[in-house]
Amino acid sequence: MATAPTTQLVAVVKRECETCQMVTPVLRELHRRRRLVVYTQDDPAFPEGVSAIHDDDLAVSWHQQIDTVPTLIRMDGDVEVERAVGWSRAEWERLSGVDGLAPDLPPTRPGCGSMSVDPDRVDELRRRFEGGRLHSRHVELADEEDDIEVMFQRGWSDGLPVVPPTEARVLRMLDGTSRAPEDVVATVPPDLVDVTVEKVAVAAVMAGCLPEYLPWVITVVEAICTDEFNIHGVLATTMPVGPVIVCNGPGTQAIGMNAGVNALGQGNRANLTIGRTVQLVVRNVGGGRPGEVDRATHGNPGKLSFCFAEHSKWSFGSLAESRGAAPGADAVTVFAGEGPRCVVDQLSRTPESLASSIAACLRTLHSPKLVLVFDAMLVLGPEHARVFSDSGWDRERLLAELDQRLQIPGTELVRGAAGIAEGMPAAFAAHTLPKFRAGGLLLAGAGGAAGLFSAIIGGWANAEIGSQPVTREVRT
Amino acid sequence: MTRFVLDPTGERRVTQRLRLERPSTIGGKRVGLLDISKPRGDVFLDRLESRLSEAGARVQRFRKPTFTKPAPVDLRHEIATQCDVIIEALAD
Repeated sequence: MATAPTTQLVAVVKRECETCQMVTPVLRELHRRRRLVVYTQDDPAFPEGVSAIHDDDLAVSWHQQIDTVPTLIRMDGDVEVERAVGWSRAEWERLSGVDGLAPDLPPTRPGCGSMSVDPDRVDELRRRFEGGRLHSRHVELADEEDDIEVMFQRGWSDGLPVVPPTEARVLRMLDGTSRAPEDVVATVPPDLVDVTVEKVAVAAVMAGCLPEYLPWVITVVEAICTDEFNIHGVLATTMPVGPVIVCNGPGTQAIGMNAGVNALGQGNRANLTIGRTVQLVVRNVGGGRPGEVDRATHGNPGKLSFCFAEHSKWSFGSLAESRGAAPGADAVTVFAGEGPRCVVDQLSRTPESLASSIAACLRTLHSPKLVLVFDAMLVLGPEHARVFSDSGWDRERLLAELDQRLQIPGTELVRGAAGIAEGMPAAFAAHTLPKFRAGGLLLAGAGGAAGLFSAIIGGWANAEIGSQPVTREVRT
Repeated sequence: MTRFVLDPTGERRVTQRLRLERPSTIGGKRVGLLDISKPRGDVFLDRLESRLSEAGARVQRFRKPTFTKPAPVDLRHEIATQCDVIIEALAD
């Protein structure tokens, strides 16, 4: 079989690799019969007899994306046609067009790790060969400065230590997305600054994310910086709300998110760092800092991070799908919410009783006398969910039954009723009003298997005047 | 060894704008009153309007669609071109 005259073979090897040593006679034969260039990663004298080029800075290995040695590549001019990874006689014969290669060798043998992917070298190589892709200002640290303290002193921390965003760490983070570093993700309030993928990656490093979380973070940043979600108002309000992030899809399990025991609490890296990154973007890129544009009277601990996954298998279907995401898609839903409060009901065994119990708790949200102006998210625990699902109640049925129990006579709501000045205007006295606007109660499922509890997350000014929940599918 | 971190901020260059000089008198000035749509902001602004009118100001009223979002650019332009002074009512 003849190869076109413009084709040549490229092999990348290292002496330390026994497979590379084993194929030395093959390389000599190909060198004699074909246009073959051999790059050696470690020993310039290896392999003997083929005049190898020493890839001492690993530039060739890096740019050819060599993960394993030996790798044999067939090039047509500058274009790679095909490559064989490790030793395979059949593949090497096909690539080279030379039959009967080294009949005394085994037919296949796996190679060894390329020095260009050595964990001790890879960050430095990425910085050297890809650092030019980044545009952020480099801030030099003095010898005597403590890295962590510097981050506090410059006002870049949310109050907890952050990981210093070195170029190497940011480049590693960017491996988590196929998007270019200079891509603009969103315009971040309150300063209305365009945030790039690179700046999101910087924040993700600081928050402690792994690269595989980055597509989720980018999607949440996009979602909160919409006119619908209105992060400007969520930030500026005196109420104690922040972005509450609910994640759906198989990707939540792939990145190790927690939907189970203590799902809304501490202890899970993905849950905590995704939510934290989003707030660091608002703080550092958007300029939204407490006491400045953030005017919250109390705030809540969830403003550091409030992010959890929904149970992948519960009978009410996913929150994202109920809001239009494609079935099975990785997706996020952002909701402007306060901290969670617990609904305790350990005795209800019928759906009617439990619905009445939950409705009574929901009625008190923010004020038992205010209706329609605030949304809420109900996070059913598995044991509560089972009370409903065992009786055949689905999402629509449960929400309808709750709505039915949350129709409140205006006489109980108006200003002055029950001796409380707060309330709805007097004109509502003649009407019966629902606690929540249509679609204003969101339903999610999370929590550990034991415990007849659910959680309510109160919202903020809703609809066009305030914030609307936003659901987005995650892109890699 | 020299150590660097990447700047996590938006790295924007802030444009400094000087405020207009405070007018020595309100008489004859075009005064805008911006209601941000918070409840009872109108009560405060109604009172201000009557006081300012007594002082000889020409008062115009403006209203943001919602207090939770910045004023739309068209509204800001309208105020900037039609008023010498603007008063924004903030709270409930």
